[in-house]
Amino acid sequence: AFFWLVSLLLASLIWFVSVHLSDREDSRLQYALLIFGAAVSVLLQEAFRFAYFKLLKKADEGLATISEDGRSPISLRQMAYVSGLSFGIISGVFSVINILADSIGPGVVGIHGDSPYYFITSAFLTMALVLLHTFWGVIFFDACERRRYWCLGLVVASHLLTSGLTFLNPRYEASLVPIFIITLGTGAWAFLTAGGSLHNILKCLSCK
Amino acid sequence: MIMFMNNSDSEEEPCNERTSLMSAESPPVPSYQDGLQASEAGEAQPHRKRRPGSSCSPNNVADGDMSDSGVPVREGALENEEEELTLKYGAKHVIMLFVPVTLCMIVVVATIKSVRFYTEKNGQLIYTPFSEDTPSVGQRLLNSVLNTIIMISVIVVMTVFLVVLYKYRCYKFIHGWLILSSLMLLFLFTYIYLGEVLKTYNVAMDYPTLFLVIWNFGAVGMICIHWKGPLQLQQAYLIMISALMALVFIKYLPEWSAWVILGAISIYDLMAVLCPKGPLRMLVETAQERNEPIFPALIYSSAMMWTVGMAKPDTAARGPSQQMWDAAEDGRENHRSPSRTDSQMSEMRSPLPTHPITSVEELEEEERGVKLGLGDFIFYSVLVGKAAATASGDWNTTLACFVAILIGLCLTLLLLAVFKKALPALPISITFGLVFYFSTDNIVRPFMDTLASHQLYI
Repeated sequence: AFFWLVSLLLASLIWFVSVHLSDREDSRLQYALLIFGAAVSVLLQEAFRFAYFKLLKKADEGLATISEDGRSPISLRQMAYVSGLSFGIISGVFSVINILADSIGPGVVGIHGDSPYYFITSAFLTMALVLLHTFWGVIFFDACERRRYWCLGLVVASHLLTSGLTFLNPRYEASLVPIFIITLGTGAWAFLTAGGSLHNILKCLSCK
Repeated sequence: MIMFMNNSDSEEEPCNERTSLMSAESPPVPSYQDGLQASEAGEAQPHRKRRPGSSCSPNNVADGDMSDSGVPVREGALENEEEELTLKYGAKHVIMLFVPVTLCMIVVVATIKSVRFYTEKNGQLIYTPFSEDTPSVGQRLLNSVLNTIIMISVIVVMTVFLVVLYKYRCYKFIHGWLILSSLMLLFLFTYIYLGEVLKTYNVAMDYPTLFLVIWNFGAVGMICIHWKGPLQLQQAYLIMISALMALVFIKYLPEWSAWVILGAISIYDLMAVLCPKGPLRMLVETAQERNEPIFPALIYSSAMMWTVGMAKPDTAARGPSQQMWDAAEDGRENHRSPSRTDSQMSEMRSPLPTHPITSVEELEEEERGVKLGLGDFIFYSVLVGKAAATASGDWNTTLACFVAILIGLCLTLLLLAVFKKALPALPISITFGLVFYFSTDNIVRPFMDTLASHQLYI
């Protein structure tokens, strides 16, 4: 979470500087700068995820050397899951909590002509984003571990794609549906990466 | 640091109890028990279960005896195990401290966001006499710096005074002082707090009921904190009084002064704990020399000490008496609040060193916990509370400060595991907190707001 916050901080700094250096009145320029800021932020998030991976790898080695049986108590997969989850939680919380706080207060959604489904779509988008971050974390760590750099590139690209899809936002069919498809796909990919398979699922269900 | 002065006529005296983080036992000697316990415990449970009769965690008393035989033989293996134990304990302690710090912050933030009283400006404390209502920025800055200087010097004077009293064994005075200040906290501040909360939610309450509730709350609190009580109740009370104190600070400190004071306090903390002549360091060392617990009312401890079997030859378990063994932990300088339980603790502890050092199964088991001074709680909560109060109603800033403080606490605990002596808990966390507050409020907020208005996600 801390790492995500730092990446957000840096990205905001870049955006802030760029906004101040540019023309405030030109709304198209501002919008373009916003897109630029968002893209930079996505790239920085992934960079910090990588940095976090490096840190955890070091910690993992340290734990392994001092533990009794030569293995660290937490596996790298668990760490990947936790890191993805925490990135997701902090990103989701930052996206949604102000909206939640405003939703308690008096008001009418969309009175100025915006969509009246703002709150519910925000909720769904945030949920998708949290899940996506978790899945990306698992896939990312695994890809770094096995040095499959094309997986890494695919993760970054899908993050950029998701973020870009949200730019289509008032047209919810165009953004929500693809994002959910991406979420499901990434989820299945992460599951397979973590060693699951159809066989495992069946075994798990039949044990009940 | 602010010391509690018993001026009944003045306004609320902030009582800052800040102590450094210290690991539960003073110099951990890899002793026989340590090795035994390490092999027994395996990965699963560090000092979690109390195993009467089995190896006890090293404590001051038994160390002296066993270390002689233990250390030469098993030094190499023990060092490794000890390191591993340290890290295991360290991780556990991090979690054990996260919970109370988080709870305190949640209470403060919840109150700030809902009760209007604590964000209204109704005057200032006498410690911050310069007002910040001046028109020019330079004047305001100057006033806040002057306020800070006055506040910090008050704290320094009180700390030195307390250390001097402690050195010359004026225990009764210190106890009286601590008792009076905790009385005020538990009764007066709680009354004000309850009054404001009831006003906010428009709940009718009659005076007899209020009196009964506050009387019970205060009396149980005094007993729990200064004497004996269940560990969790004691922890809960310490969290509550820290939150009350933090709320008082948030209300009565003017804006810029609060931030400058936070910065200055962490610098002072660093110096007072680490410099050889620092007052807090002297306090810790004196307490360790005399083998006494430091005023339990000033420290939050995450573990308990079970002292079973006093100076009796039969080592039958006489039932654990759970007390917060805050001794030697309190390295931080926080206000030595009136050591309520101190007197009790000192009396309990003094027979212990005279125990027959030979009987290892003396059943004095102590869970190695970590102690954090209450002042640290207070200042963390002040930072987060101020962020919640003044950050243009933005929750992101509050959350960012919260994460920053917790990460700072983590790092400090890591350093504690490495250095194994009293460390100041404020500097790292407060630095992170301040950096994140100012940066999130000014830089991240417009970015996130613009993104949210277009419903873009990153």
